[in-house]
Amino acid sequence: MHAKVHVFLKPGVLDVAGKAVENALHGLGWPGVVGVRVGRTIEFDVDQDDPIAAEAEVRMMCEKLLANTVIESYQVEVS
Amino acid sequence: MKAAVIVFPGSNCDRDCKVAIERSTGASVDMVWHGETTLPSGLDLIVLPGGFSYGDYLRCGAMAALSPVMTEVKAAAGRGVAVVGICNGFQILCEAGLLPGALLRNEHLKYVCKPVDLAVVNGQTRFTAGYGARREVTMTVGNGEGNFFADAETLARLEGEGQVVFKYLDNPNGSTANIAGLINGKGNILGLMPHPDRAFEAELGSTDGAILFQSALASA
Repeated sequence: MHAKVHVFLKPGVLDVAGKAVENALHGLGWPGVVGVRVGRTIEFDVDQDDPIAAEAEVRMMCEKLLANTVIESYQVEVS
Repeated sequence: MKAAVIVFPGSNCDRDCKVAIERSTGASVDMVWHGETTLPSGLDLIVLPGGFSYGDYLRCGAMAALSPVMTEVKAAAGRGVAVVGICNGFQILCEAGLLPGALLRNEHLKYVCKPVDLAVVNGQTRFTAGYGARREVTMTVGNGEGNFFADAETLARLEGEGQVVFKYLDNPNGSTANIAGLINGKGNILGLMPHPDRAFEAELGSTDGAILFQSALASA
């Protein structure tokens, strides 16, 4: 299976990079842009054919390394 | 007295820490590569130095926290050995779960490198006892991700139990509650963003960092 993990700072944790990008977009003429969050996407293949088992495994990877759950939340897609 | 400085790929204050500890305390200091699976015997102090371990890939300190030597650092900390994480070392301690909270990017997105005045909030720790009645010290910060974050509940616990050790008098990076350094519940692990290793002799503008290393080893 192929996994995609999206990691973002949790709501309530100040995303200063998001804030900077938002200000830049305002400067480019999109004053209506609000709530920009900058995150990261990590993708990889896992040696697992069952989507449910694959997702469970990828979630464990998130908890152990890919996200710091003190400050970040994550979403997992497997396909 | 014996200390070890852990060297991760990308550490850049490891030599500074060795010299700072040697000159401040006279202790012998071993440099220990992160891939080691044993630590020298009889250590009184372990220092995780500043720098950019693993190029700050993924998150500052995240990869270093999984280095083989960290299993030994955790075991030594569990036995009560004093552990100090400075700057990137603080980030590593948080990523390793040895200290609560996390370090975020600086509020104004700028790298700050300057001397800072700190309040010694808890002078009763094994790391700050040497300051005696002094409640203000000066060290140098150099960080881009030194903005300490903890949720409200954790913060209340840290403040309530005296785990906040240093606070910035003039917050340079947006840290929650001006926190610059904290200890674990047991009191033997200290993480701080300012560098005691850049404040250990008069030529550096401050000797307050030397007192921290002396305290850490005096209590061993």
